[in-house]
Amino acid sequence: MSSRTQNFLVPIISIILGLIFGAIVMAVSGYSPVDGYIALWNGIFGSSYNFGETVRTIIPYVFAGLAVAFAFRTGLFNIGVEGQLIMGWFAAAYVGFAFELPMIIHLPLAILAAALVGALWAFIPGILKARLGVHEVIVTIMMNYIALRSINPLIAAVTDGAERTPKVHESASLRSDFLQSITDYSRMHWGFIIAIIGVIVMWFILEKTTRGYELKAVGFNKNASEYAGMNVKKNIVLSMVISGAFAGLAGAMEALGTFNNIAAMSSLPGIGFDGIAVALLGANQPVGVFFAAILFGSLKNGGINMPNEAGVPNEIVSIVIALIILFAASGYVIRLVLDRMGKSKKEVK
Amino acid sequence: MEYVIEMLGIRKQFGDFVANNNITLQLKKGEIHALLGENGAGKSTLMNVLFGLYQPEAGIIKVNGKEVKITDPNVANRLGIGMVHQHFMLVENFTVTENIILGNEPTKGGTINIKDAAKKVQELSERYGLNVDPYAKIEDISVGMQQRVEIIKTLYRGAEILIFDEPTASLTPQEITELIQIMKLLIKEGKSIILITHKLQEIMDVSDRVTIIRKGEGIGTVDTSETNPIQLAEMMVGRQVTFKTEKIDPNPTNVVLKVENLFVTDNRGVEKVKGLNLEVRAGEIVGIAGIDGNGQAELIEAITGLRKVKSGKITLNDKDITGNKPRKITEAGLGHIPQDRHKHGLVLDFPISHNIALQTYYKEPISKGGIIDYKKVRTIAGTIIDEFDVRTASDMTPARALSGGNQQKAIIGREITRNPDLLIAALPTRGLDVGAIEYIHKRLIEQRDNGKAVLLISFELDEVMNVSDRIAVIYDGIIIDTVLPKETNEQELGLLMAGQELSSKQSKGGDA
Repeated sequence: MSSRTQNFLVPIISIILGLIFGAIVMAVSGYSPVDGYIALWNGIFGSSYNFGETVRTIIPYVFAGLAVAFAFRTGLFNIGVEGQLIMGWFAAAYVGFAFELPMIIHLPLAILAAALVGALWAFIPGILKARLGVHEVIVTIMMNYIALRSINPLIAAVTDGAERTPKVHESASLRSDFLQSITDYSRMHWGFIIAIIGVIVMWFILEKTTRGYELKAVGFNKNASEYAGMNVKKNIVLSMVISGAFAGLAGAMEALGTFNNIAAMSSLPGIGFDGIAVALLGANQPVGVFFAAILFGSLKNGGINMPNEAGVPNEIVSIVIALIILFAASGYVIRLVLDRMGKSKKEVK
Repeated sequence: MEYVIEMLGIRKQFGDFVANNNITLQLKKGEIHALLGENGAGKSTLMNVLFGLYQPEAGIIKVNGKEVKITDPNVANRLGIGMVHQHFMLVENFTVTENIILGNEPTKGGTINIKDAAKKVQELSERYGLNVDPYAKIEDISVGMQQRVEIIKTLYRGAEILIFDEPTASLTPQEITELIQIMKLLIKEGKSIILITHKLQEIMDVSDRVTIIRKGEGIGTVDTSETNPIQLAEMMVGRQVTFKTEKIDPNPTNVVLKVENLFVTDNRGVEKVKGLNLEVRAGEIVGIAGIDGNGQAELIEAITGLRKVKSGKITLNDKDITGNKPRKITEAGLGHIPQDRHKHGLVLDFPISHNIALQTYYKEPISKGGIIDYKKVRTIAGTIIDEFDVRTASDMTPARALSGGNQQKAIIGREITRNPDLLIAALPTRGLDVGAIEYIHKRLIEQRDNGKAVLLISFELDEVMNVSDRIAVIYDGIIIDTVLPKETNEQELGLLMAGQELSSKQSKGGDA
């Protein structure tokens, strides 16, 4: 079997297997799998409103996935996308409501602010890793909680004690009357174009630039990179910073698109953690992440419809969605089976 | 004469690739039978068939005259076949005994009976002169000792037939001598041995008979006493091989590398290079001979900028490069074939073409304005792949998938093509077969003939003697003497390497 047919076939088989097992779970729990899946389908594509909301859900997942994937490609595990996202969210919301500027400056400025603040939040674990060898997983997790616990006082500080910021000015908003009108007033926004640009940017950095070559080399083999005269420490910091910028952009999508503000939080939003799954599902490739985010966001948004329309309880919905993702993620097992069947060449010594 | 193992007409293929075709190997009781072939000739495949890891498509296996089907390694174990792997299968932080009983733990009332096992290990160790402490931790013992643990492991499980897979690849010369004695003792005690190797001298030293395979085909079996290394090499490679490296007299000119009173410490802060002085001139190959661990690794790392210099001075092309970053030193005219090609020389997951760009990726013509031109990378790599005869399925094949010899040729191609004034070659032929070794030596000499300086570090005396124009012997962090290959011999070098200064000091090679 050629690797191209395999690349195409594996995800499809994985998802079908996931659907089958999800159906079994629903059937065993006494709910109709057919009704359940119809409700899931409708939740994703059933109405223009649902479709708009699905796109809206996908957008931050793309950025969160890119953030995690970028760090992975350089051999780093950025588990702190959550915190970087929160800080980016705040930065974009603040720039969005605190300034009054023409859109052509205001919107890019708000987006840039989110990317910068996300990058700064990731710079701290990056520099600690490079200079002192502190493991980035520990620091990024801690940075998540620092972000969570600082966000409410920050919001209060810029709003004279309110629990949420004012809405961002229209000149900084990604929402559009046009998109709302064709999707029955969903919260779909222009962020999807920025997400596609994000995918292209990551691909461009990794596959076209000299810096990308270095980042990948450092990710695969630090010793050989050092031997080749690369500055390993600088590349570690840079990788975290770029990863954090993507995470900050995920926050910008929430601030300027979905909610148009930021409100006090009592727990982490979870998009950053899901980003880990999105990145792994997408094999840390930009295009892979894009499709993985589509799958993830669709299931997330479609699942909301399952309790209403088919009476499947939330818990079962979570299990079914988890199963589909589990199978999609274990694609390498299916690859292995296909390899065995195709009796493809093994390494010969 | 009875055979303990007979493999008759074995054929094994993977997809379209025939790894073994019609190979016959017959092992007599109490003999050391060498299995000779180049890297990739199919030696390991054949042994994996015998060990039950692969099932042959054709051919039969007989053990003690009876036909058997070896479906998995457990069957092989039961039949008394044990394998001493090239890469040891040991748990680092377990003791010797714990490793030996692993997977087969003797229990007494629900707990592991480590005492009895240790006693048995001790007995085996004494009987075969292995000198292994049953309670020592693996991480604390030498590589040679770890190998002996592997040997005891097979004996403990009742092996009568021992397969040694390239056993000397990672051993020092002394450890090799010890291993040869152990193998002879095993034979005396009635065991039979299959020795997989591509080192001809080893075969001449220890084996009784040799079976040669080439490109998966059985070439034949000969008595060691009736053959010689040249004939064996020809049977293995399929063409004539020159052992004496042909070279014209050197014409050394200006000093390219100068190391003065250098001190370097290792990772644990132990001083490894202790006031070393060395000079390498353009147009000569200086070989550093010495036993592993006498400061060679630290010396190279200091010169190449991978390790901090404690004190002293390193000059390259009259420029002080002490403490410079690797890139700066590279650009000052250094080429470096690193000791560990997997650790330092290659990014194994990168395509081979991207690996060939590893030292030049940031410069024109490959990189312009921060954008890398992968098309250029591939065309430049393509020329090097052709010129240096790197055998690879494509220029986009991951470096990991290439054989050791071809990986090394790619590294050498990358370093030589940059035309460095000084080429450091650290163990450039480790683990390679005769054909590749011959090729690499020729390339090193070619560099020197083109007026470049070459610094060769090797643990193999043959290599140092054959290739170098001057030999600097390193011992305990200093060059204790410099000799000319023509005026010395292996005994003398051996003494120097062991730290015995010669009574008649002969520093004919100038002060190095």
